[in-house]
Amino acid sequence: MSGLDQIFVGIGHGLAGWAPASVRPLVAAVLEIAGIMAVFGSCFALTTIVERKVLGRMQNRYGPNRVGPCGLLQPLADGIKMLTKEDIVPFSADKTVHFLAPLALTVPVWLAFAVLPFGRNMSAIELNSGILFFFAIGSASELAVFMAGWSSQNKYSLVGAMRAIAQMISYEVPLVLSTVPVLMLAGSLSLNDIVAAQGTYTFGGLARWNVFTPWGLAGLLLFLIAATAESNRSPFDLPEGESEIIAGFLTEYSGFKYALFFLGEYLGLFALTGLAVTLFLGGWHAPFQWLEWAPSWLWFGIKFGALIFLFIWVRATLPRLRLDQLLNFSWRFLTPLSLINLLVAAAWYWTGAWKSAAAPPVRWLLCAALIALPYHWLGQALRGASPPPRKYNYAE
Amino acid sequence: MNGAGIIKGMIETARNFAGSYHDSKRLTTVQYPEEKLAPVENARTIPFLVYDGGDAMPGLRCTACMICEKECPPQCIYIVKDQVKKPDFVGKMQMQPKVFDIDISVCMSCGICVEVCPFDAIKMDQVFELSTNDRFGGLLLNKTQLAKPNEYFNKLHKTEASEIDARRIEEKQKAEAAAAAKAAAPKPPAAPGGAK
Repeated sequence: MSGLDQIFVGIGHGLAGWAPASVRPLVAAVLEIAGIMAVFGSCFALTTIVERKVLGRMQNRYGPNRVGPCGLLQPLADGIKMLTKEDIVPFSADKTVHFLAPLALTVPVWLAFAVLPFGRNMSAIELNSGILFFFAIGSASELAVFMAGWSSQNKYSLVGAMRAIAQMISYEVPLVLSTVPVLMLAGSLSLNDIVAAQGTYTFGGLARWNVFTPWGLAGLLLFLIAATAESNRSPFDLPEGESEIIAGFLTEYSGFKYALFFLGEYLGLFALTGLAVTLFLGGWHAPFQWLEWAPSWLWFGIKFGALIFLFIWVRATLPRLRLDQLLNFSWRFLTPLSLINLLVAAAWYWTGAWKSAAAPPVRWLLCAALIALPYHWLGQALRGASPPPRKYNYAE
Repeated sequence: MNGAGIIKGMIETARNFAGSYHDSKRLTTVQYPEEKLAPVENARTIPFLVYDGGDAMPGLRCTACMICEKECPPQCIYIVKDQVKKPDFVGKMQMQPKVFDIDISVCMSCGICVEVCPFDAIKMDQVFELSTNDRFGGLLLNKTQLAKPNEYFNKLHKTEASEIDARRIEEKQKAEAAAAAKAAAPKPPAAPGGAK
């Protein structure tokens, strides 16, 4: 492999090599943690400015362009502002829980990055049940959000936290179910194995990513929708709905704690995006065989950036859902569809044994129809499921 | 089809995103400190005092009649009459203000002072960059700070100013004609309109 591809691995090994042999594993671990925190920490800073600029452009505005060249130093100004603000704790708040909530959100989110393969030989821990670890860690964020809402002793915080719990638990189901077909067909819970399974090339050097199969495409879309809801982003930002409940569970937070919540939310989004890249978009593999010369971490970064842009794009486009719409959408549409997707993946697996020359397109269309028809019917049913017009007994 | 509306909406935002880079007409933002909108003629912020000629204090149109001070709803105007009189534009001796202060932190930009002024001496300005470090002194403007030439008034409110100028020229000519008639016929009881 080229030197550029393994440059970060090489630097890490080189630095750890200077340490005495007894502490070498510790030094290597610290270096990996520092690398992940530096890259995704600056990614967070960059995303805040890029998001605001892109949102502005999508609404025919400039976005922030005052601090530094093209407004690029805006995150720095925001950081200074956040750190120098007064840290207010409400008089009647449960002080300990109020203090712990931002930490309880941020720490597990950082842990989730440990199992993601960012490039060839570039995952901090090679767990053989990495995806299990990822979801186990990721589900801790519900607790943190409820801690924040409960300890603030504020009705808006509590309503926001209740909404967050309802939403995150509902969307955890399709989120996990949409990843199951990938695990079934790769036959492994290890993210490295899943990336390796997508690393071969088929007709004309096109990569064998999961997204190019019917169940993979459906799975990716289900996963992205559930990930948007899971990270409380628009159009599923009900827990923070500014127009109804001030800032939801964030209402009583200020200063650095507020910044930590923001950091936690964005990092949760990054982790889920990284997982989407790993599971459906071939991880760090190039889309075509003749593009394999580019470093693997670059491919991961490009796909990661593209998905982040997609999230921003969706945020700029869609209005917020109502709570009953949100829950109906999860339980009556996403969850059944992700269960059906399991069957489609099974059908894909069984039809893989077909040997005829016409088999690949027929197989693809058959599986696509198996997911597209339920999509249509469930969507129609969901539209019919809206409540009947309200009857007023005393008015009029 | 399910989700067609979402795709339609996303195409629209994508068009905005791409369009904002090559079509500057889409970006309607005026980037304020560098770019400024041309002022609208009827815009008004705080009052100023109009003077004629090149010299501010002798040219002030204000006669310290106190009407604006009495009419001002938030009472932000403070006037002290001077003992010394000075001639106005037709040559008649008039009072003048010794002190004329406006507290612009109190002023509510209603323009009533302008409406009640019989001498066209106070008019509404269009300045708006009035922030200052001195909260009290910096926002209390005295008559030297408030005095602005008639040319400036002409620039701001063209229609109103040209109308006033025409009227004043007419009045001046009338007064001169009356003075000339008075000079030609020295019999005091026969002079018509000599009081003007």
